[in-house]
Amino acid sequence: MKSKAEVVVIGGGSTGTSIAYHLAKLGVDVVLVEKGYLGSGSTFRCATGIRQQFTDEANIKLQRYNIERWKKLSEELEYDVNFKQTGYLFLATTEEEVEAFKENIKLHNKFDVPTRLISPEEAKEIVPPLNVDEFLAGQWNPTDGKANPFKTVFAFARKAKELGAEIYEYTEVIDVIAENNEVKGVKTDKGTIKADVVINAANAWAPIINEMVGLDKEFIPIKPYKHQLVKTEPLKEGQIDPLVCPPAWNDSYLLQDGEDGGVLCGTGLEYGPTYDMTATYEFLREVLKWATKIVPALKYAHVIRQWAGFYAKTPDSNPAIGKINYIDGFYIAAGFSGHGFMMAPGVGEAMAELIVKGETKVPLDWDWYDPHRFERGELRSAAFQIG
Amino acid sequence: MSEKGEKIICRCNDVTLEEIEALIDQGVTDIETIKRLLRVGMGPCQGRTCIPMIISIIARKTGKKPDEIKLPTTRIPVRPVPAGVLVGEMDEE
Repeated sequence: MKSKAEVVVIGGGSTGTSIAYHLAKLGVDVVLVEKGYLGSGSTFRCATGIRQQFTDEANIKLQRYNIERWKKLSEELEYDVNFKQTGYLFLATTEEEVEAFKENIKLHNKFDVPTRLISPEEAKEIVPPLNVDEFLAGQWNPTDGKANPFKTVFAFARKAKELGAEIYEYTEVIDVIAENNEVKGVKTDKGTIKADVVINAANAWAPIINEMVGLDKEFIPIKPYKHQLVKTEPLKEGQIDPLVCPPAWNDSYLLQDGEDGGVLCGTGLEYGPTYDMTATYEFLREVLKWATKIVPALKYAHVIRQWAGFYAKTPDSNPAIGKINYIDGFYIAAGFSGHGFMMAPGVGEAMAELIVKGETKVPLDWDWYDPHRFERGELRSAAFQIG
Repeated sequence: MSEKGEKIICRCNDVTLEEIEALIDQGVTDIETIKRLLRVGMGPCQGRTCIPMIISIIARKTGKKPDEIKLPTTRIPVRPVPAGVLVGEMDEE
């Protein structure tokens, strides 16, 4: 293990590996440490969706930019991350929702996201087995999509290493060393690494890292909420290509996995705050109740897997991204509240540029995601969340 | 990736011995990563067929003892179940 680096990244999920890649690309001597295997925290448990359809300017702009990054990511990393623009389809069950959809669409269009209102008939053309009887309209953006989280993390890590980064898996940070409010490095269970810059990309575990450096754990109040997914056996491709979600049905959603065609089903039933990752029977029943209402033919599909992961939630469901002013050299990109994977390329780029150049060309609104907003009591409007 | 070989290790997702060996040769020796990049053990059989074989392949190629290789988490349901049965609208055949 190296005993010294310019930057240490804590956390090997999509955010951490993206930051490490972008730093290495800028010529920075970077080390990443991950307590499990890469992606084992939250990234590999996610529903794979990538969307621009948020309900506030900051998240829409960041995601509009991220879509462009995702489109070129396989080529850039020289590894196929299987990004597909299969769209996101939200479904309205009441007139009030249709009106809200129209407002969302206006906002999306203002920032060059081509969302539009579609009829149930058109929705059925996009998702053939959809039960359209209970829906009045759809909010449809064909440029949203999905990608393979396993391959994405692997590709970021592989390229980062090619560019000189060191990545240590199964290496747990046990202390962040700070002297006179300046970061000096990290102590791990495998040895100490000196560094003047440390980035907390531990997402659900970020408050534990913050405490190590002497910050109050409520300073950035990230809480782990257990969410789950159920997956069916592979079905013929092209049945449920987009992510389909009637928000009024407890934020339930489903989409076909871009790799094998199995259907991923999620819903809003959450548990926590907790670090328990046991899958629950209650969830299995609940999610399938909604999934089979959205696509009745799913009754005949076999369920083959169920697992849990965390939404690392902040009080406004927006992440904390940026510099911690109390401790020189300490940065955070965590608390993604279920949106870490979809935001990873742009967030990694912005963080790397912030550290190296002090500014970024990524349209990331630093004020919006300011890690100090919680202590000032300045919450943002809640980021639109699914599941 | 190497050319697809003939020896199928994961029957659910059609993964061959050659593909697994090629990944190990690239330096990917953790069963958790092999599982996710090739989708072995993630099909309807839940890894019953392939995981023991993959452990022996890793052991042979890396010199590790099979019992040093930790089994990936087993997911529920243990056997595939139709969604309709779980929502109480169908009987299991």
